[in-house]
Amino acid sequence: MALKIVKGSIDRMFDKNLQDLVRGIRNHKEDEAKYISTCIDEIKQELKQDNIAVKSNAVCKLTYLQMLGYDVSWAAFNIVEVMSSSKFTYKRIGYLAASQCFHESTDVIMLTTNQIRKDLSSPNQYDTGVALTGLSCFVTPDLARDLANDIMTLMSHTKPYIRKKAVLIMYKVFLKYPESLRPAFPRMKEKLEDPDPGVQSAAVNVICELARRNPKNYLSLAPLFFKLMTSSTNNWVLIKIIKLFGALTPLEPRLGKKLIEPLTNLIHSTSAMSLLYECVNTVIAVLISLSSGMPNHSASIQLCVQKLRILIEDSDQNLKYLGLLAMSKILKTHPKSVQSHKDLILQCLDDKDESIRLRALDLLYGMVSKKNLMEIVKKLMLHVDKAEGTTYRDELLTKIIDICSQSNYQYITNFEWYISILVELTRLEGTRHGHLIASQMLDVAIRVKAIRAFAVAQMATLLDNAHLLTGNTQHSGICEVLYAAAWICGEFSEHLEDPMATLEAMLRPKVATLPGHIQAVYVQNAAKLFSTVLCGQEGAPADSKVAQETSQLLIDRLPVFVQSDNLEVQERASCILQLVKYIQKLQQKDVEVAEEVTALFAGELNPVAPKAQKKVPVPEGLDLDAWINEPPSGSESEDEGRKTKGKAVFAREESRHTKPRYTEVDEKELAMRREVRKAEQANNPFYIKASPSSQKVYQEAVGVEHIPVVQIDLSVPLKVPGMPMSDQYVKLEEERREKNKADRKKKDKKKRREKGRQRRGDSGPESEEDITPAHMVDIVTEEMPENALPSDDDDKDPNDPHKALNIDLDKPLADSEKKLPVRTHRPDEVLKSPIEDAEGLEVTSEPKKKSGKEKDKERKKGKEKKKKKHKQEEGEDLMEAGSEEPVQSKVTNDVAAQPPASTPEASDLDFWLSNAPVPSDPQEAAAVTDAPPASTPDAASGVAAVVPDSEPEETKSSKHKKKKQKKEKDKKKKHHHHHHSDGAREESVQNGTVEDEEPLPPMSNYAMLAENSYIKMVCDIQGNLHDGSQVVVSVIFENKCDSFIKSMEFNVMDSLNSKLQRPEGAGPHDSLTVPFHLPPGISSEARFIFSVQSIVMPQKLKGTLTFIVKTEDSSTHEKLDFKLHFTCTSYLITTPCYSDAYAKLLESGDLKGSSLKLEGINQPFHHLLARICFHHHFSVVERIDSCASMYSRSIQGHHVCLLVKTADQTVSIDAKCDEPGLLRNVLDEIKLTFSQC
Amino acid sequence: IKRFPPPRFQSLCRDLNSTVLVFVKGLFLYICFSYCVYFLLLRTVGGSNTVYEWSLSINHSEEEEPAKYPYQHIRQAEDVQQQIIRETFHLVSKRDDNVCNFLEGGSLIGGSDYKLIYRHYATLYFVFCVDSSESELGILDLIQVFVETLDKCFENVCELDLIFHMDKVHFILQEVVMGGMVLETNMNEIVGQVELQNRMEKSEGGFSAAPARAVSAVKNINLPEMPRNINIGDINIKVPSLSPF
Repeated sequence: MALKIVKGSIDRMFDKNLQDLVRGIRNHKEDEAKYISTCIDEIKQELKQDNIAVKSNAVCKLTYLQMLGYDVSWAAFNIVEVMSSSKFTYKRIGYLAASQCFHESTDVIMLTTNQIRKDLSSPNQYDTGVALTGLSCFVTPDLARDLANDIMTLMSHTKPYIRKKAVLIMYKVFLKYPESLRPAFPRMKEKLEDPDPGVQSAAVNVICELARRNPKNYLSLAPLFFKLMTSSTNNWVLIKIIKLFGALTPLEPRLGKKLIEPLTNLIHSTSAMSLLYECVNTVIAVLISLSSGMPNHSASIQLCVQKLRILIEDSDQNLKYLGLLAMSKILKTHPKSVQSHKDLILQCLDDKDESIRLRALDLLYGMVSKKNLMEIVKKLMLHVDKAEGTTYRDELLTKIIDICSQSNYQYITNFEWYISILVELTRLEGTRHGHLIASQMLDVAIRVKAIRAFAVAQMATLLDNAHLLTGNTQHSGICEVLYAAAWICGEFSEHLEDPMATLEAMLRPKVATLPGHIQAVYVQNAAKLFSTVLCGQEGAPADSKVAQETSQLLIDRLPVFVQSDNLEVQERASCILQLVKYIQKLQQKDVEVAEEVTALFAGELNPVAPKAQKKVPVPEGLDLDAWINEPPSGSESEDEGRKTKGKAVFAREESRHTKPRYTEVDEKELAMRREVRKAEQANNPFYIKASPSSQKVYQEAVGVEHIPVVQIDLSVPLKVPGMPMSDQYVKLEEERREKNKADRKKKDKKKRREKGRQRRGDSGPESEEDITPAHMVDIVTEEMPENALPSDDDDKDPNDPHKALNIDLDKPLADSEKKLPVRTHRPDEVLKSPIEDAEGLEVTSEPKKKSGKEKDKERKKGKEKKKKKHKQEEGEDLMEAGSEEPVQSKVTNDVAAQPPASTPEASDLDFWLSNAPVPSDPQEAAAVTDAPPASTPDAASGVAAVVPDSEPEETKSSKHKKKKQKKEKDKKKKHHHHHHSDGAREESVQNGTVEDEEPLPPMSNYAMLAENSYIKMVCDIQGNLHDGSQVVVSVIFENKCDSFIKSMEFNVMDSLNSKLQRPEGAGPHDSLTVPFHLPPGISSEARFIFSVQSIVMPQKLKGTLTFIVKTEDSSTHEKLDFKLHFTCTSYLITTPCYSDAYAKLLESGDLKGSSLKLEGINQPFHHLLARICFHHHFSVVERIDSCASMYSRSIQGHHVCLLVKTADQTVSIDAKCDEPGLLRNVLDEIKLTFSQC
Repeated sequence: IKRFPPPRFQSLCRDLNSTVLVFVKGLFLYICFSYCVYFLLLRTVGGSNTVYEWSLSINHSEEEEPAKYPYQHIRQAEDVQQQIIRETFHLVSKRDDNVCNFLEGGSLIGGSDYKLIYRHYATLYFVFCVDSSESELGILDLIQVFVETLDKCFENVCELDLIFHMDKVHFILQEVVMGGMVLETNMNEIVGQVELQNRMEKSEGGFSAAPARAVSAVKNINLPEMPRNINIGDINIKVPSLSPF
């Protein structure tokens, strides 16, 4: 044997190890793929050997190959083998490979559960550590559910090394299995005060991560974190906590007030830049959360801005970057304090680092005013010309547009200037943002009526020079601009100087190369122009020739579009072509057609706010799904529509008929929404792609500065393409302002002379208000429907895993929740893990818990005594008060753990926060502390009144206060006890059972499927949470004989409604191979997925299991038939529901009711509920006395609500569901359940 | 669903002048702060029929030849991974030393909540991808801690150490970052745990591992003369370090 080992190891030394592999790859640069494929062949040979060392070496190499991008998922099973080696060396390699290659859809993960559980409970801490590390990377919902208990046990391991890993991995478990959060949270909280700094830091890490996503659930931890912040010296932990506070302050302004002082102290004292930066950040968050009317905080802002300026001026680019980042946060609420640093920020625009330039751009957005907009944009335009790389240029472009269009074009005084800027921007080659420019042009042209003439002229120029835009780059986004240009020219064609020329430009054959949607607009607007031309011409009948020429032009050119491969273009073109032909006919008969043609496009279009359609509330009594008319007689209404049109020959196209009821829009709300949208845009992900600047910088632009500006004819826009005109507007604007100023001064003087003593407040020559717009613009606001709902909740990502973690943690744990659900149905597993068992006993077994409660009581009593002592000792010692704190907080925890308590944590927090301003007068202080208890009526439901236990921070402020509080507490405690001994239970219990009730008999969901002398099958059917059409059937196969069972094949006769999901390519009658063999006496579980169409009816499917029984000398083929029963219950998924949501659901009225009466039920009510919960996947929403409401949801989203009432052995169940068939069947099944027991 | 072409094998180590890109959740160190998000991404890209995939790997362990498998059943995680590494490298390697060490995230790494934070040591880039819950400067310090830990564990680390011992690098990283969350920031603690584990490995190997060790020692003699230093002292970024970590 020993010889064999040595021989094996000698063989092994000539195997390729990882280093050889790496070296080999490096030496085969030319034929790497070939070399690697030979290596993979070798690895496959090695994996076939029994020697674990060889296998692990192979797996190690595979890990490397995976890293290089090779798929190694085929070796997943071998990785599991190596993971289960008893030696740490190999185990570590196995887990590393698993953490790299396994993911949720790796199926062998199912096989690892027991191995991981074994490793977690290994006596060797590094085995445990390695398992935890690996698990953190590939934990799946199943693993999380099965192992949550084991990991929770490890959180109180003796070794800090394990503790910290267990704490950290809990975050992953929470994500995958949100149900574990509530039961595990108390322990997680304890770990915040772990003696080991590593564990503490891990706990802070996890809670910060949780709180970041759902901050409001963690507000109650604020006092604890505050304590940590003032006591901790670990910078890493401090940073995390400070960041967390940043997330909490928006929810609780009082917290912010409390934080300001210690944070400013930290800013002054710390030497660590990272800590300083985070402090500044959080102070900013605090200041944002506080209302702006806090004058004494301007000092803090100044401090922040000043520190940030130091950061920005630092030579270290990192600090500069972060400084700008933080500055942009201040900007949102305190723009004034940032604006004074405009110089610094403009300077940053010239920085060579793109990230910094982008950040500076962000800042500029908030710094513009009417006064400096033109100047800033001019600067940005220079940068656009200089910019290398399209990404940055595109970024500049969007920023310019953002800046100009923000708050409804608030800062634009001269729209001609803005249009010219937009036109200039179209000359950017290769930009992706053509559509952005286009939508701006459209927006401005539609909403600023005064600018239309100018805009149309510009757009006509653009159309005329379309070849410059489309040029060589066909698919560049810039041709989108033509869309806007064509539309504007068509829609506002009355402003065109020479509609004929524009029409000609729009019908050039080259247009056919543009994208389809643009062509469509061209065609449509050509028709509009045509109508304008007709109008213009027919005024003078002599010129009917021109009109006819125009018709001929259209008839000549349109056929190109009729042949377009774009359906839209084709349809419009052929429609218009026929129209024009008809008109031509009329023209030849000298009929006046202009009026009727114009009627086609009559009416004005108003801008409609985005999402306006969605926001139209459905009027009462309108059922959108109901038929409006009887289906067959739909044509009548159309006829009516035509009649009302009256004299017009051509009915207006309905699609264009958007002329809506003119409604009053809430300006403020609009502005707000816009602001929000802009802010979102500003925070867009800018992907920095420093790709080489393949695009040439626009060449004509280089000489821009040197072109002498034509000063004479400023009012007439220059029509030379490629000449930037915006600069002239800047000059013009300056002159105008000068003039205005002068004018106003004159006027002022006059006024002053007239009204001698009257003061003018805003006479500062530079003030914003002085700058009047160049021409009075009427900015039409976007239309919104009447009583639109201001709900903007559509930005939330429904797939965010953190959504599931939005769980109220302050709610006391119910009995059923104190332990994580363990899968009771696997007797073998429970036996295998004695540790878990012990743990389970400790936490939940009834007698022990009672004794625990008694202990509580004793502790409380002890405390009371202590307090009485206190009372006697008049000279109260502050030190002692401090030392009492831990005991007290323990009591809080205990109280919190008991169901009847209301949320003590919340009141704690209020208390802690309300103490923030320290009252100087002791009397007043006493009043403050008295207030909260007084507000809770002692008599009514005294249990709910829980003493605010947390020790106030400012104990020193008054001794009286303390004593009074003590008295109150004593009183309360008595109440508390009193009620407990009464066992009064009139309060409603949120979650399941009330304590002191008898334990439930064990229940199992696994139903017998079939059994013979060889094998037994039990199964559980569950809906698939993620897929509304799938049901997962878990079948446990148990080998009952003493032979080996192999080659099990599972097959089910599909019905129309439900089908077994087979692998791709398998026929509909093929059987599935069960992926394991069964040694004697072993049971194992396999899962099968069925797809189901209708879930309304229960179903039965016939199936067969074939298998081979292998004894030592023979093997026989056996068969077992079974019937799978899909009950309607199995389509339900336990879904928690809060009572308010539940009430809403019931009120909504789209649920149909049904009811059920059960008689002769003599089990306790809570058993009854538990049974319904367990067997029928319901959850208790609320329970009051002998009445409970329950909720469940089907995989296809049907809501099922139950109201269960009991009175002397009769149970009545009123149920409601939006699918009556489903409900009936579920009720039948519930009835069946109770008739069986 | 449109499938990617079969994986193209490219190793950045060699293509790019022996520059090793150490990318958390990438080439070397395939773990990150945003790990779960990242894997969600992979799942949506590479999602395929799990039962079938599984039966494939089971079948495979029995007999069948891998060449028979059509490529479309191979999951695409590796492709995405390689793409991330490639793009990250392109971004990072182009940056001057005197620009800031942060890159804002693109769609590939999970969106605007994510940042690439890197440090450049001679020919090595250490890139961490973090979300907004991490402090930027803190992560820069963490990278420093990590590199110094490598230096201690490998006794004067050089890039070849990292190339040839990726498993060890992983084991060290796993003591710093676990499942995408920062586990430990105290260097002495990290080094201590790594050494204890290595000692355990040695004691397990015992007699039977000795020959293999000897052979690999002989093999290593042939290694080209390697520069024994990646200049840890010569840090280009000046970050006032966090005092007691």
